Parts: sequence; structure tokens; C-alpha cells
Amino acid sequence: MEKIQIIAIAISILFLLYIVRLIIKGKLREEYSIVWIVCTIVLVLFSFWRKGLDVVSALIGIYSPPNLVFTAAIFVIFIYLLHLSVVVSKLQSQNKQLAQDIALLKEKIDQSKK
Amino acid sequence: MKIAAIVPAYNEEKAITDVVNDILQTAQSQNLSITVIVVNDCSKDTTSEIISKLNCIALNLPVNLGIGGAVQTGFKYAFDNGFDYAIQIDGDGQHPASEIPKLIFAIHEKDVDVVIGSRFISKEGFQSSLARRMGINYFKWLNRILVGVTVNDSTSGFRLINNKTLEIVSNYYPDEYPEPEAIILYSLNKLKIGEVAVQMKERQGGVSSIGFAASVYYMFKVTLAIIYTFIRIKFKK
Repeated sequence: MEKIQIIAIAISILFLLYIVRLIIKGKLREEYSIVWIVCTIVLVLFSFWRKGLDVVSALIGIYSPPNLVFTAAIFVIFIYLLHLSVVVSKLQSQNKQLAQDIALLKEKIDQSKK
Repeated sequence: MKIAAIVPAYNEEKAITDVVNDILQTAQSQNLSITVIVVNDCSKDTTSEIISKLNCIALNLPVNLGIGGAVQTGFKYAFDNGFDYAIQIDGDGQHPASEIPKLIFAIHEKDVDVVIGSRFISKEGFQSSLARRMGINYFKWLNRILVGVTVNDSTSGFRLINNKTLEIVSNYYPDEYPEPEAIILYSLNKLKIGEVAVQMKERQGGVSSIGFAASVYYMFKVTLAIIYTFIRIKFKK
């Protein structure tokens, strides 16, 4: 095992542990943690299986293995960002509804006090 | 006939008192039953204290929602409390209360669900800037192509809607720059839209919700929103 491989494995596993810790402490919701866990497992897998990158690249016809890393990473990031935009949109519409209901309820309370 | 006058207000401490009192005065002199509903969109100034002393229903939003969300709060209140009509009047004094009877008269005479007060029919009063008029013409053209309705002043917020329309807008109303988009919403829900000539004034206080730099974004956003609304409602049925 080479030095860089050991570093990669150590970092990947630390990252995985950190995500698990966030979930346990309730700072990261399970539904958002799935993508992170999957990504970290892929990282750990490729840290152990060094030939893996070359094998997969050859399989789908990418000449330079590092390009596979960049392409795959950017693709995953885009999809996840889109997912986050959907989440934010949902939160915004829920927030609007809550604010409106609060304003209407506050008015009702004020009226009943008078 | 219960009429709700919905006044969205964001940092309008200078103009709001006159706006509310003008509406009440018009209501009294014309013998109309108008309840003023001021929606304070989380103003940073003293708007909330001022409106609590006025003779109106004060709805204070806990966070800033923007014009669409604020006006919709008023629509929800009006619908829940069984108002027959709701009229939207900007909090900055652009819409003179003396023009309200024209809208009420028109909704009966034309037998429509929505009446839009337009400043371009009679070309009297404050006519807005050239750039803004060009934008308004663009929306007129877009509306005509998509739903076949011609509205001369689609950015006008001076509108009277009936109870049937209130039910629709309390369920869904666009957030940002809602006026042009709402026209598409109305016509796709088979509501009849009428337009009547009114005079408008230059704003009494506050700043426009649309700055010069934001106008390009405005055009783009509204065009997108109009097309999305069109697709969403058209293909839902």
C-alpha cells in the first residue's frame, strides 16, 4: 500500500465518521445525508481499489482516468445543487404560508382583546 | 356589499396615513361599505405603530414576503371574512381613492370578475417613464399571444376583484412582481377581465419596488413566470 493510498483512506473514513456524527447529533437530516454517505463510500472504495479508476475509465471509454473523476464529481454536484434548490423553494413556500397565517392569527387575537 | 380595500405597505410611514384616510373619506362620501386592510410587510420603520392607530384592520407579517405574499395575506383575510369584493391599493399614494367608485361601477356595468384601473386608456394623470411604458407594452403583447386578452396596463396594481376571484387568489398568488402574471392566472381560470381608465399620481413616499438595474431581471423573471403559469394551468386540466 502506498503512502497516498493510506492518506486517502484515512481522510475518507474520517469524513464518513463526521457525517455519521452530524446525523446522530441531529444537525443533518437523514434524507440529506444519503448522498453524502454514498459519495464517501465511493471514495473509500476507490482508495482501497487503486486499479478501479483505470478499470472504470476504460470501461466507458475515457482515456485519462482523472477526467472521469472530474466529470463524475461535477455531475453529482450539479444534481445535488438542483436538489437543494428544490428544497429551498419548498421551504420558502412553507415559510410564506406560516408568515401569512401568523399575521392573520395575530389580528384575530387583537380583535378578541378589544 | 362588503368591500375590502387591501393596502400592502413596506416602509410607508410617510404616505400610509393619507392613503387610509382618503379611502375612508371616499367610502363615506360615496356611501360605500369599505373596510381598509393594511398589510404591513415587516416594515423597518414605524408603519406598524401608525397603522395600529388608524381605523383599519392591521395585518403585520412577521417576515418580509414581498408584494405578492403581502397582498395575498389581504386576499386571504377578505375571503375568510366573507367580503364580496376586494380592491388592491398601493400604500405609496399612487392610486387616488377618488377613483375607487369608477372601478366598482365598471365591475357591475361590464359584468366582469376583475377590473383593472389603467392609466393608459384616457392618457391623463401620471403616465410613468418611457422605459416602463415599453415594458408594459411588451406584457400587453405577451398576454395577447398567450391567452388572447388585451390589458393595456398589466403592471397596474389598482384592481378590483370579486369573491369568485378571491377564492382563487387566496389559494395561489404569485410572489414577486405579481401583477402581469396574475392576468394570465385570471384568464386561464376563465375569469372575465375588464379595464377602466383611471388617473394615477406619482408616488407620495417610499421607493419603487423596481429599481432601474432590476428592470432587466424583472422582464426576464416575469416572462418566465408567465410562461410557467401558462403551462402549469393549461396542462393541469
